[in-house]
Amino acid sequence: MNQEHDAGPGRSGVSRRNFLGGGLVAAAVTPLLTGQAEAKAAAAPTVDGVAQVTVRAAVNGSPVTVRVDPRATLLDTLRERLDLKGTKKGCDRGQCGACTVHVDGRRVLSCLTLAATTTGREVTTIEGLADGDRLHPMQQAFVEHDGLQCGFCTPGQIMSAVAMVDDEGGADSDDEIRERMSGNICRCSAYPRIVDAIRDAQQVMR
Amino acid sequence: MRPYTYAQARSVREALRGAGPDTAFLAGGTTLVDLMKLEVVTPERVVDINRLPLDGVTLDHKGLHIGALERMSDVAAHPAVRQHYPMIAQALELSASAQLRNMASIGGNLLQRTRCGYFRDVTTPCNKREPGSGCSALDGINRGHAVLGTSDACIATHPSDLAVPLVALSTTVHLASPRGTRSVPLDTFYTLPGSTPDVENVLRPDELITGITVPRSPWAARSLYLKVRDRQSYEFALTSAAVALELQGRTITNARIAAGGVGTRPWRLTAVERALTGRPATPATFEAAVTHAADGAQPREHNAFKPALLRRTLVRALTELQESR
Repeated sequence: MNQEHDAGPGRSGVSRRNFLGGGLVAAAVTPLLTGQAEAKAAAAPTVDGVAQVTVRAAVNGSPVTVRVDPRATLLDTLRERLDLKGTKKGCDRGQCGACTVHVDGRRVLSCLTLAATTTGREVTTIEGLADGDRLHPMQQAFVEHDGLQCGFCTPGQIMSAVAMVDDEGGADSDDEIRERMSGNICRCSAYPRIVDAIRDAQQVMR
Repeated sequence: MRPYTYAQARSVREALRGAGPDTAFLAGGTTLVDLMKLEVVTPERVVDINRLPLDGVTLDHKGLHIGALERMSDVAAHPAVRQHYPMIAQALELSASAQLRNMASIGGNLLQRTRCGYFRDVTTPCNKREPGSGCSALDGINRGHAVLGTSDACIATHPSDLAVPLVALSTTVHLASPRGTRSVPLDTFYTLPGSTPDVENVLRPDELITGITVPRSPWAARSLYLKVRDRQSYEFALTSAAVALELQGRTITNARIAAGGVGTRPWRLTAVERALTGRPATPATFEAAVTHAADGAQPREHNAFKPALLRRTLVRALTELQESR
């Protein structure tokens, strides 16, 4: 459990801190703890002299317990610790929307959310949207309308659009869709088809 | 990001215990986490205040009370805010993106740091980030920078939209510290940069914003926030105007006016308010009243357009408000 023992300087000779920078220190060495195993975990270990934080949240409906560096973002924790790589890291500065997920049903930016703050919360990612093999209506609409080119922004676009309809009541016009989706940047500029997809999907969802 | 210790506080008292210059309070995190990643802000302790009971939006005979941890989106959607203080709802809805509005708190919004690119870039001199190192914006890229309230040490623009209508409406900020509580007018809460641009407000290191009160006011129900920017959405203001008019017939009996995007703090325009009061609400009155709105402005190389843009923003806001009646 003690990452200090496992995570020495990397092969390249750079220090662990320089190499990993943010909250990924424990990525390879701390197993995800669940249920009973977590209860046995000893006092919080430290990394760089800083106590790690135990997070207990629900991710896509399943209870998850994970010990994180207090600097770890929800984005990095989802991708690197929980292997949920559908949530994308674009700018990592809260400017592009690629990392959009739902916390307690609301759309937020996982790159500016510290994982440590999510204890007791319900986190939903793009992986949690489909019902088995049946796509969510928003996913289906993005497929049908070809609402993407490279696809990197798509998980964020879809998560944002789903919350815009489910949590916020949807949009009454294309202009309103554009305004309320302005936090999701598409570098390929697939906006016309993204608007088409959202317009259709919200008919099904409402 | 530099290492820090993290703790969740369950009460205001617990949050304030041991708080000092190296402590950062974490609410929505949209400014703090961003600036910690850039190492512009490097606290040793981060105290998560999201579980504190600082929520609630209520309206009573004194006015509108908003808890510091209320989120921007919730305040913007609140029926009492929309009905009695439309320009507050508009300023919130024109801020940031839907995701950021779901995260960012009202207290954090008032304390958000400037978007000056040199402040955010630790490789360049900046008196606000590193006192005494110099101001890179004075002769750098300064298109978005302030023209009012500037000094030769700093020309960084105050970024908050929300603070603009709040200043216009004489909002009070409520603060708590280990010594007790106090309330400060928002207008004097913010300080001018002068020779100490690292000091932005009167908040002490062991003090926390617990909420705000916007006075009950007949001006507020008929009000408008207009934001002018480089793109239509998800962008900071080049100029903005919060305007509220009380009319008797066609005569303006009271006016509340403030501007954003132009000042080193949200900029109340009392001279414009006086010039409007007692006059008919006509285009001629509006044009005349804003003539001196940007008096004392000190434009730099790239932002010389701002005084004229501010005057036009004010006239358009007043006209749109008048026509919306």
